[in-house]
Amino acid sequence: MTTHPGEKKSRFDPDPMPRRDFLGLAALGSMMAAFLLSIFGMLKLPKAAVSASPAKKFNVSIPDTLPEGEAFIPPGRNVAVFRDAEGVFAISTVCTHLGCIVKASPAGFDCPCHGSGFTKDGTVRKGPAPKPLPWLKVSLSGSTVTVDEEKTVKAGTKV
Amino acid sequence: MQAENYSALHEFWTNLRAIPSHVYRAMFRGGPPKTDRTRSSFIFGNVFLHLHSVRTHLWSLRWSTTMGLGIVTTAAFLITLVTGILLMFYYKPYPDIAYQSIKDIHFIVPTGRFMRNIHRWAANVMVVAVILHMARAFYTASYRKPREFNWFIGWGLLVTTLGLSFTGYLLPWDQLAYWAITIGANIAQSPREITDAMGITQWMDIGGLQREILLGSDKVGEEALIRFYLLHVMILPLTLAMLMAVHFWRIRKDGGLAKPKDADERVAEEAKEFYPVFTDSPAKTYHLAAVVKGKTSAVDSGPEHTVPSMPHLFYAELGVLMLTTLICIGLAFISDAPLKELANPLVPENPAKAPWYFLGLQEIVSFSAFMGGIGIPMLCVIGLGLIPFLDREKEGTGEWFGGPGGWKLVKWSMVVGFASSILVEAFAIKFGWLREWFPDIPQLIITFVNPGTVLTAIYAAFSIWAVRKYNSTRAGALALFTCFLCGFIVLTVIGTYFRGPNWDFFWSPSDWGGH
Repeated sequence: MTTHPGEKKSRFDPDPMPRRDFLGLAALGSMMAAFLLSIFGMLKLPKAAVSASPAKKFNVSIPDTLPEGEAFIPPGRNVAVFRDAEGVFAISTVCTHLGCIVKASPAGFDCPCHGSGFTKDGTVRKGPAPKPLPWLKVSLSGSTVTVDEEKTVKAGTKV
Repeated sequence: MQAENYSALHEFWTNLRAIPSHVYRAMFRGGPPKTDRTRSSFIFGNVFLHLHSVRTHLWSLRWSTTMGLGIVTTAAFLITLVTGILLMFYYKPYPDIAYQSIKDIHFIVPTGRFMRNIHRWAANVMVVAVILHMARAFYTASYRKPREFNWFIGWGLLVTTLGLSFTGYLLPWDQLAYWAITIGANIAQSPREITDAMGITQWMDIGGLQREILLGSDKVGEEALIRFYLLHVMILPLTLAMLMAVHFWRIRKDGGLAKPKDADERVAEEAKEFYPVFTDSPAKTYHLAAVVKGKTSAVDSGPEHTVPSMPHLFYAELGVLMLTTLICIGLAFISDAPLKELANPLVPENPAKAPWYFLGLQEIVSFSAFMGGIGIPMLCVIGLGLIPFLDREKEGTGEWFGGPGGWKLVKWSMVVGFASSILVEAFAIKFGWLREWFPDIPQLIITFVNPGTVLTAIYAAFSIWAVRKYNSTRAGALALFTCFLCGFIVLTVIGTYFRGPNWDFFWSPSDWGGH
């Protein structure tokens, strides 16, 4: 820092940055950058790469006595499987609002948590649900019905 | 050079006998707190107590100034800390086993049930106290300069406290816990309501990412339980302790509690009993070292009527601590912490209710997941954090309901807050909402126009009216804060007492019927 005689400098006047300050700031900056980068790196850990959950694709054997229009819930699954004259279809019973499990009712499906109601084909009838219940992909081979919870199909698709 | 009759053995014997008094004196150098001087060193010579200032203003010691609510919160935290550590001896965070271990704690472990009850009640006391404490700080306008940052820290403490309650709720792994957390995790996912409506979910799925990080899986399972456990016993308590230390220390650095300008005249009568310390206005304009810029908080404040914190403040604090402990123990005797049947991922509780302090939220969530669970709460939280920077007025600091409008405005805000929330709720319960009238309406419209947002708009309109009428931001803040507090109470009561199976409205839980 050089001040010329006779020149009155306010301490708020900017001086050219001395080399030492610049190097100090650069060191601080690179430390901060390394710190942030390591935080990003560490955040990769809590985000699981593989999630532990049972297979999403499963076989169902629908009882022969299942009446038309009545839901069959495969044990341990949040899926309702139906059979009518046009074929077999499956609708997810996970409410599209906040993930409660809807119960089949005369009007279709009802959610116990926040009062969403769905018709028999999964369309929202009342309540806060933002989307209809998804129809799940069903495939047949012989008498075995396979439901894939990960694949949705257009409502009305029956096989 | 030793004296002639020196005997090392005798010296050793004397030292041995003097150990207790020497240890005591090594610990407390100032000696017993009997004079103002030793009372001061009692405070500043102790790492825990020195977060207090050495002397406390008589105004701060008045019951009506704080009602001891901050200390109640702290005490409740200490109680949950101790009982929580005790519970950790037996608790095992793994699905199903967790439930069994809570049953063990409840039925087999000596005093286990009692400790769990105290833990649960202290947690509830803490939530109530932290909300009331915030209301106290707000209504006495204590958030103003130089206390803006401490209000900010307090805001962090509120959020952390609610986080602690929420994470603790899952640990018993019963039906209540499982479904409350399922709902909570899906609220975290609810930004999808917006991204879905815009059709960009597949590129930018913020909601899905939040839920995934919270649960560590695609549903509430073992990963979620261990994550919630980690948050509950490690991350959040450490955060809370750190914020608390800053919060307490800042009180002292900000010049003690906020008080009215004429506080000294108002406590003059009480002050006559005490020996005055400062008789002149402090004139120093520097901190510890003269090179530090800025004024201390004591500058220009005149001679103050302060008394030594030890014993006046310290004993009052211990009294509140004892009282809080007594309340928690009393409640623990009266009522057991609930434990329902083992969590069943296939059958939700009906109704599935969150802890009571989230039921107001659940009530607006039942209109729109995103607005109720994220939109409106974020608005409240951001608004609360920014108050001290928006209201930079001077009038009424340290006074209850201080500022333009005062108690009269707060009274009217209560009327508006209660009336509008009851009316909007009654309307939605009686006539339903947009989805029932127009089944094909786009979701985005419901997201932005639902009873929750309508209520928020009414409150906002009322507070803008208050700002204009009194020509003061503080008046608007008073109106808005009061309205939201009333709305919170109404929604919580409706969610707690008037919602039954399928979240339908019932006048009484006895009408719920069998399920």
